Amino acid sequence: MSDLLYSEEEEALRSAVRDLLADHCDAPGVIARTESDAPHDLAAWKALTDGMGLAGLLVPEAQGGQGATHREVAVVLEELGRAVAPVPYLTSAVVATEALLEVGDETLLAELAAGRRIGALAVALNVAAGGAYQVVRHEGGSLHGEVTGVADAAVADVLLVPADDGGLYAVDAADATVTPQVSFDLTRPLATVTLDGTPGRLLGDAEPAVRRALRAGAGLLASEQLGVADWVLTETVRYLKERKQFNRAVGGFQALKHRLAQVWLEVVNLRAAARNAADALSTGTDVDVAVAVAQAYAAPVAVHAAEEALQLHAGIGMTWEHPIHLYLKRAKSDSIAYGTAGVHREALAELVDLQAP
Amino acid sequence: MIDAAELKRRTAELLAAHPPATTDRLDFLRARFDAGLAWVHYPEGLGGLGTARSLQAVVDAELEAAGAPDNDPRRNGIGLGMAAPTILKYGTDEQKQRYLRPLWTGEEVWCQLFSEPGAGSDLAGLGTRAVREGDGDWVVNGQKVWTSSAHNARWAILIARTDPDVPKHAGITYFLCDMTDPGVDVRPLRQITGEAEFNEVFLTDVRIPDSRRLGEIGDGWKVAQTTLNNERVAIGGMRLPREGGMIGPVSKTWRERPELRTHDLHQRLLKLWVEAEVARLTGERLRQQLALGQPGPEGAGMKLAFARLNQEISGLEVELHGEEGLLYDDWTMRRPELVDFVGRDAGYRYLRSKGNSIEGGTSEVLLNIVAERVLGLPSEPRTDKDVAWKDLAR
Repeated sequence: MSDLLYSEEEEALRSAVRDLLADHCDAPGVIARTESDAPHDLAAWKALTDGMGLAGLLVPEAQGGQGATHREVAVVLEELGRAVAPVPYLTSAVVATEALLEVGDETLLAELAAGRRIGALAVALNVAAGGAYQVVRHEGGSLHGEVTGVADAAVADVLLVPADDGGLYAVDAADATVTPQVSFDLTRPLATVTLDGTPGRLLGDAEPAVRRALRAGAGLLASEQLGVADWVLTETVRYLKERKQFNRAVGGFQALKHRLAQVWLEVVNLRAAARNAADALSTGTDVDVAVAVAQAYAAPVAVHAAEEALQLHAGIGMTWEHPIHLYLKRAKSDSIAYGTAGVHREALAELVDLQAP
Repeated sequence: MIDAAELKRRTAELLAAHPPATTDRLDFLRARFDAGLAWVHYPEGLGGLGTARSLQAVVDAELEAAGAPDNDPRRNGIGLGMAAPTILKYGTDEQKQRYLRPLWTGEEVWCQLFSEPGAGSDLAGLGTRAVREGDGDWVVNGQKVWTSSAHNARWAILIARTDPDVPKHAGITYFLCDMTDPGVDVRPLRQITGEAEFNEVFLTDVRIPDSRRLGEIGDGWKVAQTTLNNERVAIGGMRLPREGGMIGPVSKTWRERPELRTHDLHQRLLKLWVEAEVARLTGERLRQQLALGQPGPEGAGMKLAFARLNQEISGLEVELHGEEGLLYDDWTMRRPELVDFVGRDAGYRYLRSKGNSIEGGTSEVLLNIVAERVLGLPSEPRTDKDVAWKDLAR
């Protein structure tokens, strides 16, 4: 049975990340940044990577990383989710890093692990492991074509691009055209990557690398969703103890407190599912089922938690000024990222032999 | 502290002195109790060795491997799960010595006389009266309901009102009631499933000596909290393998009977399968916390989750059966020995699981408990706190 708890070291890591984010990613700052020229918070990223070495958790020490596991990465993602921190951690330190681990590119791994460069897998954010993805043409020794919906591509230094010859290519972002898309999730913006005779360095086969990267992304996204859900619940409970109407704290009304209790129950369940997925990824046991279960469960829970938070905050929750909308937008986008709950349920139908009619 | 190796040594000693193959079942169970291997976290002399609860699994595994008989815990769930921890915590030395051993071996089955027709969610409003004759016996009159195993029970844990002139929580006392007393009348209570798993118990001038009072006079509500907390642990805390609960039978039917499948049912089945698996993982996480001695608040939610899941899964299962879902296995009135939520057909499971969100605290009450005790939200306005029980609306 997997270890579903947090170790003392993991708790220490959590509190270090939380402290750092308290300094860098306060809600008004994050909201203001979303409409600036630099939606990503590269100062926070530098502190997480240079300062704490967190970009290299999944990379073995011999290859310039920290040699930790998915369990620690999951704890970092919980905290990043709690802060809806606009940093390319999931995309670079998890998804791009997993792809590089699969193709075994030591140079890029070391650079990503150290946080010297940011990587992005040029696959649309909605694609699930095993799903179809856009490829560019490899023609005459260079790459041509367009990939849409690439999360955090705007801050990437290196793009990992699948091509029609089955290869995965490393492309210097400076050689590509990266065009930001107006994104639903303000704190994880997407971009279109356009290549027009752009040089690329062949890393290896795309298919296994993309599959591995997206599976890890999906499994660990559950921990980010847990962080999102946990924050909106905590904040809503706090607010409802304080908000008075009818001469009482509104949190005392059963119609409201039962809804919060229900969200709490879902968050408790999500914690078990997310820990199980992180532990499975780190041990390699029962990974496909654990990831599919976690994603099939996490997406609706995080969305429900954020939607309830908005409704229970009522008027103030509808304002641009209050951070709830950042969490709702993140939760809703996350429910599509790396495959919807429905896609993961379909995967389970095969995995646990509950076949469609 | 006694460790796993020492427990293995003592278990081997017990098996050598009382070979299961040639020892009478009850003699073996008594010997096991006396060796402190019944419930190892209980004190020495009371069936335990005062060691960690998690180490019980070591003893159980050794005994199972040796083919030793067990105490058939399902027959005495209330005794083992609720009466025993309460007696252990509040009983006198004499009470502990008298009741725990035959309770554990199953020689004496226990039931619980708590709920009343007029006291369900508001259990503390109960009206069964216990009046003391001078310094002598207590005389009890009233009606209890939803009493499983009352017809098999030798003893009952009972809460009754001993002082109607003080607010409701303060006037209750906890007793151990002899179910063979001539004033105890047990009548089956037939449920929507057709069977009578529960009983109504009418108490008419039942005499209880003061030596069978558990805890102080007027402290019954506090004592009952130990019982009720253990009840919720027992209901929500069963360890399950994947597909171990109600999702098991419906998944099996799905695999074996492709002709029953529809797209709508498939989507709903997968969703419930995921939720059942996640609830199972949550239960496992709770057990891992308990094993480290760090009980989390997750326990309060487990019963809520399982009640809803059981109801939705069994509802789906009835639909999956199509024409057979229009039938029912048997409406005959019986009094089952054991309660098996997963037993019988889908229709039975559907009807029985309706009780899961009522028994042991309704889901609405549990949501209040989560909201108030876990999330710290303000409690309901109380109009009954400072009113004598006799003056409450009823």
